[in-house]
Amino acid sequence: MAEILKNGQVHSDNWQVLHLEADADPAAQTVAAGQWLVPFNVWLAQRDSLSARAGEIGIWLSPADDLNAVAAEFGAWPLVAIDFPKFTDGRGYSIAWRLRNHHKYTGELRAIGNVLVDQLFFMLRVGFDSLALDPKIAPATAQSHLTPFPDTYQGSTDNPDPLFRRADRDDATRGGARS
Amino acid sequence: MYRYDDYDRALVKARVDQFRDQTLRWQAGELTEEEFRPLRLQNGLYMQRHAPMLRIAVPYAMISAAQLRVLAAIAREEDKGYAHFTTRHNLQYNWIPMARVPDVLARLAEVEMHAIQTSGNCIRNITSDQFSGIAPDEVVDTRPLAEIIRQWSTFHPEFAFLPRKFKIAVHGAERDRAVVQVHDIGLHLYRDNKGDVLARVWVGGGLGRTPILGEIIHEALPWRHLLSYMEAIIRVYNLEGRRDNPYKARIKILVKALGIEEFRRKVDAEWASLKDGPATITDAELARVSAYFTAPPYATLADSDAGYEARLNSDKAFARWVQQNVHAHRVPGYRAVTLSLKAKGQAPGDITDTQMDAVADLAEAYSFGELRSSHEQNLVLSDVELRKLPELFDKAKALKLASSTVGLLTDIICCPGGDFCDLANAKSIPIAKAIMERFDDLDYLHDIGELDLNISGCMNACGHHHVGHIGVLGVDKNDEEWYQVTIGGRQGNDTRLGKVIGPSFAAADMPDVVTKLLETYVSLREPEERFVDTVVRVGIDPFKTSVYGDKANKKKENANG
Repeated sequence: MAEILKNGQVHSDNWQVLHLEADADPAAQTVAAGQWLVPFNVWLAQRDSLSARAGEIGIWLSPADDLNAVAAEFGAWPLVAIDFPKFTDGRGYSIAWRLRNHHKYTGELRAIGNVLVDQLFFMLRVGFDSLALDPKIAPATAQSHLTPFPDTYQGSTDNPDPLFRRADRDDATRGGARS
Repeated sequence: MYRYDDYDRALVKARVDQFRDQTLRWQAGELTEEEFRPLRLQNGLYMQRHAPMLRIAVPYAMISAAQLRVLAAIAREEDKGYAHFTTRHNLQYNWIPMARVPDVLARLAEVEMHAIQTSGNCIRNITSDQFSGIAPDEVVDTRPLAEIIRQWSTFHPEFAFLPRKFKIAVHGAERDRAVVQVHDIGLHLYRDNKGDVLARVWVGGGLGRTPILGEIIHEALPWRHLLSYMEAIIRVYNLEGRRDNPYKARIKILVKALGIEEFRRKVDAEWASLKDGPATITDAELARVSAYFTAPPYATLADSDAGYEARLNSDKAFARWVQQNVHAHRVPGYRAVTLSLKAKGQAPGDITDTQMDAVADLAEAYSFGELRSSHEQNLVLSDVELRKLPELFDKAKALKLASSTVGLLTDIICCPGGDFCDLANAKSIPIAKAIMERFDDLDYLHDIGELDLNISGCMNACGHHHVGHIGVLGVDKNDEEWYQVTIGGRQGNDTRLGKVIGPSFAAADMPDVVTKLLETYVSLREPEERFVDTVVRVGIDPFKTSVYGDKANKKKENANG
């Protein structure tokens, strides 16, 4: 059992992430009992048997996965995850944005992998609502880093309107102490 | 110029608090070096040879006298009494202890400055024409849209971890003074026949290890779509740019690999759902931001002045300064003045705390309290009355800021190089100083005329050596510093990359090499022909022969590589 952050709160969570060995055959991969996030290619190869395990199987995406193919099957999973193989690999932000905006995914979207506290604000903005933190980070610690900024200039999934469409900035005090 | 409102102020303050917390977590060991690295880089903080280097943004070149005074105070109190202006409208400190940086950032925030995204694999400080708003050849004042782009790119949630750094430059004049074609995105703002503002958009330019000029991806993008269109470009790049090799990770490599047609197709497909969406810039927002960039209260003046004319006719040094360092202005009776940071014996772009304070005084006395930084690493007083030029010259000269060499050989663009920078393969400042030492005869410099000499201490090309008429690149061979020379590069509307003339040289040879190149030019030039135009007309062979002698004719001369 692990703890994750979901909608800003700490939750116990039983989802495990299935990683395929290099060169492993996705059709031959055993998916043990319990709640599993499987690679999309494992899902494709074992759809018939996995879809019988309602509520137990979700998928995780890597950057190479075809989002159109993924979008065709949204209804089958309670959960979709996007992997951050390294925290400096920013593809997951754009993948999440596309899932939410182009493909209109409305279910739970979880960040997994090398998920560190200083990325969380960005992740929540682009459309993640659940965060499986890197094991070294306590979810309670991460909670205090969810909103480092009081506002945002540009739109994203969380609020598509940029600041200039939301606020009457003419009313905001101009100029400050310039010393 | 732009002033922060409550939103801007709160965001920049929050950033300072965030970085203070990150620094504490790093000191406490909660963040590893590797984890802290991109966080500090996105706050302009590099680990360098001697100490951290802190890079402060001067967005699209605009800086006030009050801001400059705070930069001076920081140089005096936190650094060693000087700072360095870069080729990208940034100011760098070299000696501020790591633990002091959060306080320095807090102090900068009080005068509406920051170091946000001045490094790292994110959207960097927007660069522009240092004569925005005042140049006679300006068609569109770039500053309001540059500010709108600055805000859009600040803490962009999707684009903080791109494959590599991302630089945007914008110009809006007949002459491109922002070298937009060597940027990841270059924008040229112009007007259609109804007067509406459009952008010509280049993508995939960049210098560095693989210098490439950008290609046009959109010929006529209406200004209101700038943000959504750039979002489409950068999303495609974020998803498809290479991440396996940092030297292949810039957008230029992706554009080359796909071809501009295919890249455009992908961008258009992405843009289709964004166009006319919420990122579309509204008339109200453009008007709101434009209101910060209205003209200062200019006096109504004649475009001539008896005292000025008299000094011009009687004082050769003043006349030279006017010829090189004073620039045309759209308002009669006003001129823009470049304060040269290229005095002999000084590292190009360096300025002391005392000079900064004095320049702030000059800006207040002569230029409505505003100045600009140029990508040539000088400072510009943008709105000086013609009749005040003689007294300004005298004051600038006393401050050693009046070298009449702007645009000439010794107006050298130069990165900090191996004296400071951890990335450098070779020193660059001593080469610049040696060349400035050799060519200190103003008559000769003026006879040689316009010549851009650019020096980079490594192939990252911060000194933009590829686009120098003469470019010098420091290279490392078996732990020794060597210098490769290119000629024929140029910036502006006809931007071109220079060609390598042959094997590299030892540092001590560099002044002689430049001498030979200039001698060849003088012997071959036609009346009124610039160095670079002679190179274009006759090709590089005569220059090779003069520099390498008979060796130039040998096949594959490889003495020093």
